[in-house]
Amino acid sequence: MMNQLRTKILSPQLFRAVAGVLIFLSFWYLLTEVLKLPRFKLIPDPVSVIKEWVSFDPMSGRSLFTKEYYIDIAYSVGRTMAAFTFATVLGVTLGLLMGWNRILYDFTFPLVEILRPMPPLSWIPLAVLILPGVEFAVVYVTFIAAFFATVLNTLLGVFSIDRNYFLAARCLGSKPKDIFFNVVVPGSLPFIFTGLQISMGIAWMSLVAGEIISGQRGLGYAIYEGYFLYQFPQVISYMFTLGILGYISSAAIRAVGRRLMAWEARRRGA
Amino acid sequence: MTTHDKIEGAISIRKVTKIYDPEGARVMAMKDCSFEMGAGEFTIIVGPSGCGKTTLLNAIAGFDTITSGEILLDGDTISSSLKQIKPNVDRMVVFQNGALFPWKTVIENITYGPVVQDRMKKSAAAELAKGMLHQVGLGEIGDKYPEELSSGVQRRVEILRALINQPKVVMLDEPFRGLDAVAKTVMHEFLMEVFCASPRTMFFITHDLDEAIFLGHKVVIMTTRPAQVKKIVPVALPWPREHHIMNSREYLELKQEVLEAVHEEAKKAFEAGERELA
Amino acid sequence: MKKMKKIFTVSTLRGLLSIILFVVLWQLVVFAKVPYLENLPYPKDVAVHGVEAVQSKTYWLNWEISLIRVFVGFIAAQVIGIPFGLAMGASKVFRDFTFSAFEMLRPVPPIAWIPLAILFWPTRELSIYFLVFVGAFFIVVINVLQGVSNISVSLKWAASSLGARPKDVFWKIMVPGSLPSIITGMTVGMGVTWNVLIAAEMIAGQGGLGRMTWEAYTNHNIPLIVVGMVSIGVAGYLCSMAIRWLGEQAMPWKKRF
Repeated sequence: MMNQLRTKILSPQLFRAVAGVLIFLSFWYLLTEVLKLPRFKLIPDPVSVIKEWVSFDPMSGRSLFTKEYYIDIAYSVGRTMAAFTFATVLGVTLGLLMGWNRILYDFTFPLVEILRPMPPLSWIPLAVLILPGVEFAVVYVTFIAAFFATVLNTLLGVFSIDRNYFLAARCLGSKPKDIFFNVVVPGSLPFIFTGLQISMGIAWMSLVAGEIISGQRGLGYAIYEGYFLYQFPQVISYMFTLGILGYISSAAIRAVGRRLMAWEARRRGA
Repeated sequence: MTTHDKIEGAISIRKVTKIYDPEGARVMAMKDCSFEMGAGEFTIIVGPSGCGKTTLLNAIAGFDTITSGEILLDGDTISSSLKQIKPNVDRMVVFQNGALFPWKTVIENITYGPVVQDRMKKSAAAELAKGMLHQVGLGEIGDKYPEELSSGVQRRVEILRALINQPKVVMLDEPFRGLDAVAKTVMHEFLMEVFCASPRTMFFITHDLDEAIFLGHKVVIMTTRPAQVKKIVPVALPWPREHHIMNSREYLELKQEVLEAVHEEAKKAFEAGERELA
Repeated sequence: MKKMKKIFTVSTLRGLLSIILFVVLWQLVVFAKVPYLENLPYPKDVAVHGVEAVQSKTYWLNWEISLIRVFVGFIAAQVIGIPFGLAMGASKVFRDFTFSAFEMLRPVPPIAWIPLAILFWPTRELSIYFLVFVGAFFIVVINVLQGVSNISVSLKWAASSLGARPKDVFWKIMVPGSLPSIITGMTVGMGVTWNVLIAAEMIAGQGGLGRMTWEAYTNHNIPLIVVGMVSIGVAGYLCSMAIRWLGEQAMPWKKRF
């Protein structure tokens, strides 16, 4: 009984979550600053990372209070969004049409299956050589990564729709167009949004690689530059920045999904 | 609701045979199955599981083809080995596990048919749907999503979604399966009410013999696979019916008759299943 | 029941046709000098370079190097990730303490770890193993955790009422119950792993299929770039097949469907 009371007041879950992060940080600090284990000599400790991150006059010239930081973010976010938007528009459309039309499916699915196993990042050299300018190459690589994940999940979404919905729709006098917009599209939305979450994750990952290898500016490039310029605290603060941005973008996708799929939310609420 | 001057929707099933051929394994689902359903008649189909009742429904609805024989609606062939008329609003299906679109509200579901057929404006259809819901005491649920409702209410909404289209034939594939006894009673009264308000041909598949005799003008008992008509039991109880008739002598005798026929087929089906496994 | 598998259905014919059309289109695009795409090599050149590569010893050495890297990093991720995920699923206290830190690191793209990995690990090879590990680790843990929490409570109760001790519940219910998710995690993880490996090899590697493709790029040998891409695709595909096979072996009860 006493425990129950304490549960309500102290919420051990929150306490443990905060404690977990603190333990992680102190462990990190211990390894780098206190014990100074040989392999950790070059790894910056959490205090210097945070100091650098919030400094008004950072060593690397990149912190929360510099313009540079936000320019890097703007580049990366802009590239990711451009690629993600293209990938979503094209991928969802193609996926829906493939799931809806058997002939289109037969013709396109083998190609998708052949091109899909190639990791998006293996496209980098070709993209750099063929596309006009590095900017296109980075966006293209990010696009490819997101595209296949979206097509496949959309397709799975269409296939997941109960056959009875199609029969009922036909029975009620639907033309093919009506079935597409009233059954295929809403029925595959849950899978589409799962796919968008995955594609967003892969997009960020590929963006970083693209920026490191071929880019100018952007967070990925800045991480690599920081490494060459011995600005290791900045390397880590940028890693976390990428993590935060990745987290925000998938939270945004979830929020949009909840809005579009009111029926799912209400079911959960009920 | 408008009432027809003349009730349409007479269905003749003539020597219908259906053979499925998935990957070379020939399965005969129906063989020379024949019977008649009069216009405005409430016909109940019972038979062992997997005997081909749903196959027949799919053939009448136009979801599936037949191998030979003929199905006629008011004298016109709607399905034969040569032609198959696509699903249409004159033949409505209420599905076994329910097929209300989960992403549409109750009103959007009910009005889907008239709107998509360009028969009605969205707002007029919504008014009509609200009226229908109100009539059956479900006036409050119009803006809810199906999955917020109990399955009994979902079924009633699905039946209204079918009826708003004024179909000649309504086909229900075990629509009340999985509902508890109380909910079923409510459903039967509901169905009785809407049927009396505007009678039309009903094709109703069930496993529940009480339901069969309580609702039907006649009960068609199918044999085990391949499905054929084993016996047709006419139910001459007066309409509209109320639940206390289930205690009447007439009712109990009918039930006994149907039960014996079904039991015989169920035993055959069970033995056939044993053979198949062996 | 008899089952006859038809090989030449309309679908497979359409599939073959589409692949042929793809190659023809590729040829045409280069031949007609479509802007930008004209820089692509002809399919024939790629085939010639491909045949040449297959006959050389270094090509297969690169395969070996890449496969070993994937293998080591991936196995390490499973060996550490699966018990970690199971522990998180089994103990609420452990999950509460670790999940926040885990969630702090998980959204960081694996490739962003490259500089730190190089700084930390004494050899390049070890840092590549580590990057591959990071690529698979978070996915494995999340999937195992999901798998454990999807196991229905009634299964655990049933086991307990049959006299199973907590230890038995863990080994007989939680572990096999989360197997499907573990395999899903492995499948997804394998895809990410190859992606990370290729980037790591291009940026920091010596040898390997990714490096081979990168060197083809620096030498401006475009047909060889395409050969490299195709090789990587094939390698990744084979690894995914291997996981699928493993999944079928590990979960005989799933095959019945």
